[in-house]
Amino acid sequence: MSEPARLWGENLTLAYDQRVISRELGITIPDGSLTVIVGPNACGKSTLLRALSRMLKPAAGAVHLDGRLISSYPSKEVARRLGLLPQSSIAPDGITVADLVARGRYPHQKFLKQWSRADERIIAEAMAATRVSDLGSRMVDELSGGQRQRVWLAMVLAQQTPLLLLDEPTTYLDIAHQMDVLDLCAELHHDRGHTLVAVLHDLNHACRYATHLIAMSDGQVVAQGDPAEIITAELVEEVFGLPCRIIPDPETGTPLVVPADRRGKIAKRAAARQDGSTPPEEAPVAAGARQSA
Amino acid sequence: MSTTKSQPAPAADRTRQGRRDSGDAVRVVRLAGDAVSFRLRTRMTFIYGTLVAATLVVFAITLMVGDYEIPLPRVLLALTGEGERLDVFFVQGMRLPRALTAILVGAALGVAGAVFQSLSRNPLGSPDIIGFTSGAATGAVLTILVLGGGMTQTSIGAVIGGLGTAGLVYLLALKRGVQGYRLILVGIGVNAMLLSARDYLMTRAELTEAMTAQVWLVGSLNGRDWTQVVAVSCGTGVLIPLILGLGPRLRLMEMGEDSARALGVPTQATQATALLTASALTGFGIAVAGPIGFIALAAPQLARRLVRANGTTLLGAGLMGGFLLLTADLIAQRALAPIQLPVGVVTAVVGGSYLVWLLYREWRTGRG
Repeated sequence: MSEPARLWGENLTLAYDQRVISRELGITIPDGSLTVIVGPNACGKSTLLRALSRMLKPAAGAVHLDGRLISSYPSKEVARRLGLLPQSSIAPDGITVADLVARGRYPHQKFLKQWSRADERIIAEAMAATRVSDLGSRMVDELSGGQRQRVWLAMVLAQQTPLLLLDEPTTYLDIAHQMDVLDLCAELHHDRGHTLVAVLHDLNHACRYATHLIAMSDGQVVAQGDPAEIITAELVEEVFGLPCRIIPDPETGTPLVVPADRRGKIAKRAAARQDGSTPPEEAPVAAGARQSA
Repeated sequence: MSTTKSQPAPAADRTRQGRRDSGDAVRVVRLAGDAVSFRLRTRMTFIYGTLVAATLVVFAITLMVGDYEIPLPRVLLALTGEGERLDVFFVQGMRLPRALTAILVGAALGVAGAVFQSLSRNPLGSPDIIGFTSGAATGAVLTILVLGGGMTQTSIGAVIGGLGTAGLVYLLALKRGVQGYRLILVGIGVNAMLLSARDYLMTRAELTEAMTAQVWLVGSLNGRDWTQVVAVSCGTGVLIPLILGLGPRLRLMEMGEDSARALGVPTQATQATALLTASALTGFGIAVAGPIGFIALAAPQLARRLVRANGTTLLGAGLMGGFLLLTADLIAQRALAPIQLPVGVVTAVVGGSYLVWLLYREWRTGRG
């Protein structure tokens, strides 16, 4: 048997109060992968990420980090191994970019050792990697959305963790800034050998950047593996309820999801309403159950 | 030891950003290689130094003025126990303990207020607003009117009332961790109930007892002696350092609970410890001086704005609280001399204006 992965969960039952999101979920994050979790709204992707980063205590089951239960580590120790960019963070009033990034060093700092030379160097490196070095003395609350997201990423990078979990890092960004953030993820994965886990909304981005894709629906993992192998029209229809075609991305050759054109049907329905007749019934497309490893 | 000066913003940068730029110089201090290293903000160091100096000046004035004025050289002499007997009596027996009580109680209220504001992420989150002060006051009134207690019993009643209310508010506001607005809203509700309970007690009381209770309720430092100084220094001496140690964690928690936890802050434990110690600190303050209003509300915000800090400044709030209460007490003693006002009246006038300004400003910036 091969060595277990650094981060994995078994038999996870995840719930907020009484509302159960996932039952008996098993998940393994391959070491050195850029894993992307996709799925429709409210399918439990963020909940899973929260459980993997010990933000949410599982109602049953356990998350393992580096061979031990994640709950058995002291808080700071986890923060030295695993970084998380939450969906929403509040930038304190009147904080500069450099000061915010510096907060990422907290898990490494001691009572008397607040600002070592190593701290200073690592903060500079994190800011250079996310291209925010020039913004150091600017106030975070006057930056654009794209810049701000890069600053938060720099803070998580300054934590210097081999594992990085990102919850919807591209939400609220325009397309160019989305690509910026994703390129940065690919860079971190490729050049620095970080293991990344990101929750993304855009399937095409997921297919292009992921080395390992996890598709979730209704709290369960429906498919996982290399995007090129698992993404099919049937899978997308099953997970998102969206009829589509899959073609190779002309840029990268990775799967590209093209939603089916439904405008014709809309026009037909409108015409039918004007005639006063009922629209013809259409048999729903059979969605084949599918599970692949 | 080495010190380096870093990152004053370049001039061009500063003009572009206008007044929002911190323009803050930072001095890095390193001792024994890297083993001891920290950053000092020039502005923060300067403001704190000024606050300490200002407090010392007001402190000296407090010892000098009164119906029996004593010039500074004789005050200094009296402090060493030499000098005329009357000087020593006034300085050591009356003015010194009163001034020390003012500084310590002010500092305690300031630090506690900063903790409440940080936890609730709201400048209105103070023991006044969220019902803690009312709880302590109701406890005290209950002791005076129903149990007929004296000074010490009243203090104990106040602390029990305050802690009980804090516990109740915390439990009612607790749901997957405490959230700012819920803490404040629950506090306001509990506050209203306590006020009506207290008013009911007052209507049932004998006139003289009601007078005693009412005087206590305003908050006063009249006639505080060394017993109070010892009590409040024991309390603050233990609790303030404990809370100052929580400072970095509290500042991280202001970024949201998930962010703080991701950085390795045990958020729930920190929240509970901070709330408990800040409540105890408020309790000590109230036990000694009565429910003095607005120091806990105003001191943290004033300190933070002066320093232009990007998070709670616990130490600054303490220094500011001490300075404010000492100054307010000097005004209370001298404004209408020979009539001695309770200091709570002065803080209420000054603090009330501040509260109106704060609400106005929050409303204007849409953050209210």
